[in-house]
Amino acid sequence: MTLRSWGQLPARPAAEERWWNDRAASLPGIAGTMLAYGNGRSYGDVGLNSGATLLHTRGMDRFIAFDEANGVLTCEAGVLLSEILDVFVPRGWFLPVTPGTRFVTVGGAIANDVHSKNHHRAGTFGCHVRRFELLRSDGSRRICSPHEHADWFAATIGGLGLTGLITWVELALKRIPGVGIAVENTRFCGLDEFFALNAEAEARHEYTVAWIDCLADTPRGIFMAGDHAQGRGLVMAAKRPLSFPLTPPLSLVNGLTLRAFNQAYYHRPLPAQTVMPYAPYFYPLDGLLHWNRLYGRQGFYQYQFVLPMAARAALDDILRSIAASGQGSFLAVLKTFGDLSSPGLLSFPMPGVTLALDFPNRGAATLALFDRLDAIVSVAGGRLYAAKDARMSGEFFRRAYPHLDEFLPFIDAKFSSDFARRVLP
Amino acid sequence: MQKILIIGATSAIAEATARLWAIRGDALFLVGRKADRLEAIAADLRVRGAASVACHTMDACDTHAHATMLEAAERALGGLDVALIAHGSLPDQKACEASVELTLKEIDNNGLSVIALATRLGERFEKQGRGSLAVISSVAGDRGRQSNYVYGAAKGMVSLFLQGLRNRLAKQGIQVLTIKPGFVDTPMTTAFPKGLLWAKPEDIASGIVQAVDKGRDEVYLPGFWRLIMLIIRHVPEIIFKRLSL
Repeated sequence: MTLRSWGQLPARPAAEERWWNDRAASLPGIAGTMLAYGNGRSYGDVGLNSGATLLHTRGMDRFIAFDEANGVLTCEAGVLLSEILDVFVPRGWFLPVTPGTRFVTVGGAIANDVHSKNHHRAGTFGCHVRRFELLRSDGSRRICSPHEHADWFAATIGGLGLTGLITWVELALKRIPGVGIAVENTRFCGLDEFFALNAEAEARHEYTVAWIDCLADTPRGIFMAGDHAQGRGLVMAAKRPLSFPLTPPLSLVNGLTLRAFNQAYYHRPLPAQTVMPYAPYFYPLDGLLHWNRLYGRQGFYQYQFVLPMAARAALDDILRSIAASGQGSFLAVLKTFGDLSSPGLLSFPMPGVTLALDFPNRGAATLALFDRLDAIVSVAGGRLYAAKDARMSGEFFRRAYPHLDEFLPFIDAKFSSDFARRVLP
Repeated sequence: MQKILIIGATSAIAEATARLWAIRGDALFLVGRKADRLEAIAADLRVRGAASVACHTMDACDTHAHATMLEAAERALGGLDVALIAHGSLPDQKACEASVELTLKEIDNNGLSVIALATRLGERFEKQGRGSLAVISSVAGDRGRQSNYVYGAAKGMVSLFLQGLRNRLAKQGIQVLTIKPGFVDTPMTTAFPKGLLWAKPEDIASGIVQAVDKGRDEVYLPGFWRLIMLIIRHVPEIIFKRLSL
């Protein structure tokens, strides 16, 4: 089996894939470099190590301990967030921060310091990591926390797997009153309306996010605010999600299908207020396994950037550039980040507004669009999310991540990735 | 709550099955060769909700250790409702062809040790007049093939033995379940390229739990292997011997 990234972009495979299921085992003494590969949900190349070794950490998937009194869970780094939810939601606990798919490993969530729809209240995933063990290629093991080896802690959170192998993690879960999410849906037209809605919603709601039609002349979308709801009525049906069975030769996502989808999605009957199961609210795409195959054999890019709030006007320019290109995605996600600081040296979020979009890989045309978008993001003082990236220039990355120089000394010489070789000095 | 003994508890299929039982709140007794691996699995099963989990270190080929292990399991669990025998190894067929010692060792691990355990467990269940004995055999035991007939011979012996044991114990309402997985993507099979026929340990595990619950006699997992093996079993030997399966 060749381990690939979620974007399925053409890439040279790893020379060796090692199944990793023992947290006590020593790292292999190999000539080349290695990299932990969790569940392969990073879009670009942060999880790939072409021509070298991948440690497939999904085998390290054991829980170690759980404290019912305070919700502190200790588990191995290969445990999926979905496995945590399956076991702990029925007992009244939830992830403090969850990304847009639950099929990522805990180790991957730390290495990319992922965020959620509650960033304005909870910060990033790393804010809720109490401790973890870091195994280095020299055989050393460090317990890292905000108090112990704090420098290693800061380097490894958001450290893209380059500081060594995370073997186990201690994570604080949060209490929930029930399994459902109370959702308020509001259609909006224009970015001013979005920002007004958002400012008001962030004060009242734990979760906020918007879907946006990136091809419309005036940006329009649906704002979805959510809170955990009381009651245990919404028990998830244990049915198997559908799976997209094969990769078509060409992308099924194109200008035509996109406009039709966006039109229908915007105008679909939408309750203003509803209570829904947590899964479709947080993970709308997890219901269709392998949805990434929709984009065909050439794969797709995701482009996610953040702009400082002061430079939010640049969002208009970006959306205009995208609409003019006729490229874009079904699920474009618009969200603001609050001012809680991230614990990682290379964490992506900063106070501001972030937009994530998928683009089918149309080669040079797509890359040229990204270059135009990069220029706008860069001038505005924003940056791109490494977990989604497969093409940004090293120069842009180094300029946009001001703590990079502090991070570099913590890289393990035996760890590397396609991303690291592409953008690091 | 069921009281369940799992032999070969560190195997991928056994661990996945134990997780399903743990979520239901069953009491588990884990047997394997490596104490630290067993303890890691036990901690996981406790977090998942097992009523209790105890571990016991034993090499299944050491038949003299079986009686002591069974006593320890009954003591720890306070009885015994279900036993799953899941240990095994996938022999290097080519290496076996060059070594009588290795061939016999693999037959011992995958065949004789299982029969020794099944004998004692059968006796135990017969004495108490109830119980479920579930044993992981293999589709490889349905017909000898050049690519893995040492493994196949051991598993075939197990399947045949269980058939007889079932015939004997069925009258007392004791379940003897023969589990025949096809290709499973586990650490035991990392060396193989994986195609459409490969299943995940979790899928096999849910099949095992269901089969035990329903009191089944024999299951192919996933189910389509019943059809594949039906065909393979019925190819005339004069043709079969010319194939490279």
